[in-house]
Amino acid sequence: MAAKPKIIIVGGGLAGLAATIKTAEAGADVDLFSIVPVKRSHSVCAQGGINAAKNLKGEGDSTAKHLDDTVYGGDFLANQPPVKAMCDAAPGIIDLLDRMGVPFNRTSEGLLDFRRFGGTLFHRTAFAGATTGQQLLYALDEQVRRFESENRVKKYEGWEFLSAVLDEKNVCRGICAMDLRTMEVRTFVADAVIMCTGGIGAIFGKSTNSVVCTGSSQGSLYLQGVKYANGEFIQVHPTSIPGEDKLRLMSESARGEGGRVWVPKKAGDARDPKSIPVNERWYFLEEWYPKYGNLVPRDVATRAIFKVVYEHGLGIDGQPMVYLDLTHIDPKILDKKLEGILEIYEKFVGDDPRTTPMKIFPGMHYTMGGMWVDFDQQTTVPGIFAAGECEYQYHGANRLGANSLVSCIFGGFIAGPNAVKYAKGLQGDSNAERSQEMERRRQEGINAKLMSSNGTENPFRLWRELGELMTKNATVIRYNKALDETDGILGDMIERYKNINLSDKSNWANSSFAFTRQLENMLHLSRVIVQGARQRDESRGSHYKPDFPTRNDADFLKTTKASYDAATNAPKFEWEAVDTSLVPPRERKYDAAT
Amino acid sequence: MATATAKTVQIKIKRQDAPAGNPHWEEYELPWRAGMNVISSLMEIAATGQTKDGHETSAITYDANCLEEVCGSCAMVINGKVRMACSALIDKLDQPITVEPLKKFPVVRDLRVDRSVLFENLKRVKAWVPLDGTYDLGEGPRQSMTLQEELYPISRCISCCSCMEACPQFNDDTNFVGAATIAQVKLFNSHPTGESLKRERLDALMGDGGIHECGYAQNCVEVCPKEIQLTKAISEVSRDVMVQAVGDLFRK
Repeated sequence: MAAKPKIIIVGGGLAGLAATIKTAEAGADVDLFSIVPVKRSHSVCAQGGINAAKNLKGEGDSTAKHLDDTVYGGDFLANQPPVKAMCDAAPGIIDLLDRMGVPFNRTSEGLLDFRRFGGTLFHRTAFAGATTGQQLLYALDEQVRRFESENRVKKYEGWEFLSAVLDEKNVCRGICAMDLRTMEVRTFVADAVIMCTGGIGAIFGKSTNSVVCTGSSQGSLYLQGVKYANGEFIQVHPTSIPGEDKLRLMSESARGEGGRVWVPKKAGDARDPKSIPVNERWYFLEEWYPKYGNLVPRDVATRAIFKVVYEHGLGIDGQPMVYLDLTHIDPKILDKKLEGILEIYEKFVGDDPRTTPMKIFPGMHYTMGGMWVDFDQQTTVPGIFAAGECEYQYHGANRLGANSLVSCIFGGFIAGPNAVKYAKGLQGDSNAERSQEMERRRQEGINAKLMSSNGTENPFRLWRELGELMTKNATVIRYNKALDETDGILGDMIERYKNINLSDKSNWANSSFAFTRQLENMLHLSRVIVQGARQRDESRGSHYKPDFPTRNDADFLKTTKASYDAATNAPKFEWEAVDTSLVPPRERKYDAAT
Repeated sequence: MATATAKTVQIKIKRQDAPAGNPHWEEYELPWRAGMNVISSLMEIAATGQTKDGHETSAITYDANCLEEVCGSCAMVINGKVRMACSALIDKLDQPITVEPLKKFPVVRDLRVDRSVLFENLKRVKAWVPLDGTYDLGEGPRQSMTLQEELYPISRCISCCSCMEACPQFNDDTNFVGAATIAQVKLFNSHPTGESLKRERLDALMGDGGIHECGYAQNCVEVCPKEIQLTKAISEVSRDVMVQAVGDLFRK
């Protein structure tokens, strides 16, 4: 093993950049791969803030309470030791980000300001206006740019990960990637690889995720033998702005700063919302959950909105929408704390949320599930590590708002040094050239086949079908019959994919070709989600089955682990006990005192 | 006036197969839907795969990611003006809508351009806080609300390069770094720790393509999607550069 290990990091969002910094500091060379320039990664979309129990508001907050809120919010499905480690590290991470120059909002004393978020009663969320993710990503991006200028990091922006290079013993020896301009396929040797490839929103067609969040890398690795955990846990954010191209997030911070959710009590009430008297409005979250009110966790708020719209028939104008109202708050305060998100609403809808209640509806937002990793962030394949949204470790059955940014950075910080440590103990590949050559040939074969395909299926239309199917049957409310049907249709789609029509055969910056490759991985990952949901006959966190309305710890306090079975071209499942050694499971109820 | 025909969207896109390819216009007619923007139109073209006159066509290559005007990817020239395609709502645009790639940056294909020059410029001016390391060193420096309120808006720059596209001085003759980079110099020079590299940053703005190339056309501030006070930043940094240059003269 060389004195200086080479680590490849795939993905340049918060987790990838955090891992890059720690890996470079640990003395390894880093090759950083990203489809987009890293500064344009999806982490920029995170709005509301980052959680850390700094206890700067005299409320008696502590990292133990952060741990409790997180595992309780996640309905006890997360292994608790890594969650504890994350909550303990969070205050130090905030301090570090502050030193890096993140323009966090301040108090009059010049200290960090904190706001409230869902699923907690404490002011625990540090924020930089309403674009916290953007500000955090930029701070890490700037540090990585510094490393880059010192030749400690080499960036490959505009390259797409295709697969891992595995040796004869199934140990990772690098990656195979494609240059998205020249379409050249190349392998890159590494002693370890850290996957930081984010979310899977595109599987659901329209979501709050960015365009690159397809889950393709995770799907590809699953097909290569990496196990995928808790795939059925999909977070649907209660407040998104429906759009033609995507669902734009309306941050939880709108409720954290006092925003109230309501509908007119009378079905089809066509009056201007501002003219509807308060006693003719139904503030259903405040009525059903007096303690947490509008700040119940996301899965709870989403189901409440579904209930009001579909069971009570009280959506605005009969449409699937409810009001999120900020008009009672001083516009000056709104501008100071929420400007970024108010601007999104104004620009994309055309109304001013300072004077008009916003119309919102739940939208697919986040995957709690992801690649299975151990407490060192290593997947089931030696040498492949993972951090950020693409792995499953920190959020259990439901993620609390403002915990994602901290889990991305913490996961990256853990993965980096562990990958270096692993690399230093690694035996050389006796047949290195052969491993690289074989994987490159396999990927070039897939490309050649796709380029010569003359089928009839338009990949973009197939994708739309996939998105509509998954959103309908595998998000907020799940029935076994519909899940069975969905899985059957997905099986058919995997067959139909073989008959794909690639209209663009060019060998230069061919984006539909790249997308078509991603689509196959998305289809396989969809089956992991749907079959995982089918087998979990209970309701826990984001996973809700009306036919099995309660949590069933006796049978399902278990991590779902899916692996690809080549013989059946479908996932097979096993279940693993959850480490609940720190906080004993208790019933999760937000409508009464905890 | 009501007509029997369904409402449509007329859109013309300037396409180019490769960096050296010939640019040509292609026209499309799409069914209108409420809330459409330029990106959803590009998605629709990919799904239909047809031009207005029914010819089969390939999906258009373009940069886009967050679609919320925060990643900075999808800057294009729309109806003659540089702007973000995700926030370009169809109902607010005159038809036929024309969409072209940025003109000041090399075209990769269709609407995709190469804007890596900005990231190189950010290296040149050391746009970062010189951290000693990521180990635990306690809290950062206290900062007033006023300072945060001054710096946060500049830190919202999304690197879309609209300011450079619109700037008459940003071209191969001047090598001008452009407004975005200068605003970042102001940001880091104002930070309590970032300030320690102030001298090097100002030095970097003195030579070829430096801040003196700004012609105060003020186009940058007009097109900035984040409404950053770019001209204010330029004049403040310009003054700092001048003071340092004069000081250097006396030190020699």
